[in-house]
Amino acid sequence: MRDILQDIREWQSAGEEIALATVVKASGSAPRQAGAKLAVTRSGKMVGSVSGGCVEGAVFEKAMTVLDSGSPEVVHYGISDELAWDVGLSCGGQIDVFVEPFEDR
Amino acid sequence: MSGIHDQLLAAIEQEQGALLATQMSGDKPGAKLLLLDDGTSRGQLVPEALDQQVRADVQSMLNTGEATSRSYEVDGATVDVYLESHLPPRRMVIVGAVHTAIHLVAFAREFGCHTTVVDAREMFATRERFPHADELLIGWPDEIMPDLNLGPQTDIVMLAHDPKFEDPAMEVALKSRAGYIGAMGSKNTSAARDERLKARGFSDEQIARIHGPVGLNLGGKTPPEIAISIMAEIVAVRRGKDQRASSSPLQPAKSDQ
Repeated sequence: MRDILQDIREWQSAGEEIALATVVKASGSAPRQAGAKLAVTRSGKMVGSVSGGCVEGAVFEKAMTVLDSGSPEVVHYGISDELAWDVGLSCGGQIDVFVEPFEDR
Repeated sequence: MSGIHDQLLAAIEQEQGALLATQMSGDKPGAKLLLLDDGTSRGQLVPEALDQQVRADVQSMLNTGEATSRSYEVDGATVDVYLESHLPPRRMVIVGAVHTAIHLVAFAREFGCHTTVVDAREMFATRERFPHADELLIGWPDEIMPDLNLGPQTDIVMLAHDPKFEDPAMEVALKSRAGYIGAMGSKNTSAARDERLKARGFSDEQIARIHGPVGLNLGGKTPPEIAISIMAEIVAVRRGKDQRASSSPLQPAKSDQ
């Protein structure tokens, strides 16, 4: 949290709409452990990470729907299925990501 | 009243230890409970029965720096709660405003460490040489260090390479609760220092806290190479891979000399 604090503060003072994604569970060879965070703004700014870069795009999309609905969600990402063109982790790990509006100002 | 996220950010900025519990399912997904290390709390989970259970359960997690998810049974249903402990920031205290210290400050900053450089020599401890150090303190290290917060989150690195400065400073370091103590110097220099400390009444166990020669053996020679070997050793020690453990594949610095 400390590493993304400064960006979040700047976004807040600029009046950005912010969503926060947190790895709440990780297993297997997941690239980032529980506690890893990605903060995004509706305008497309990003800081931090929840994986090695494989699911950040999908998490950003989810963050936009969470900002629309105002309701937090838990999203599970597992091994990517190449045939299905799914979003997934090529490392074979599994992560649960909690996505919530960072609305309280 | 400002939101709980803001209160967490404020706690982190004020260097307070904090534990944040976020409800992920049940009556109110997104509800948060923030516990601060001064015993106060903000917010609550829903229902009350869940809040009570979590408060009782997380006491042992305070000040661990860990993050995990746990499930709780409330009125016959399972509720998932995400728990994360936030520690006060890491600190690095560098004794000796030498060339290697300039690079070590730069690396430590990348790791989010608050950096303090201490040296009695005004000529070395200048802002021009250390533009990025959070604190630059001029004075005798053993007089300055007792006023610093040398807790488990602190790394102390002695680079002065001069017993006149370092021996008194090392005595302060060994009496502190610092999580890491490293000291520049060859095997011979280190052994001689250990003997002097022993003569001053320090036990073998206390002296064994010192990592010296400091750093992992990356074969480095230049100041930035030495600085990164020190940073690498600190990462290893902080992650439980102390090179001095017999099972460790890591090699101490200067082990091939």
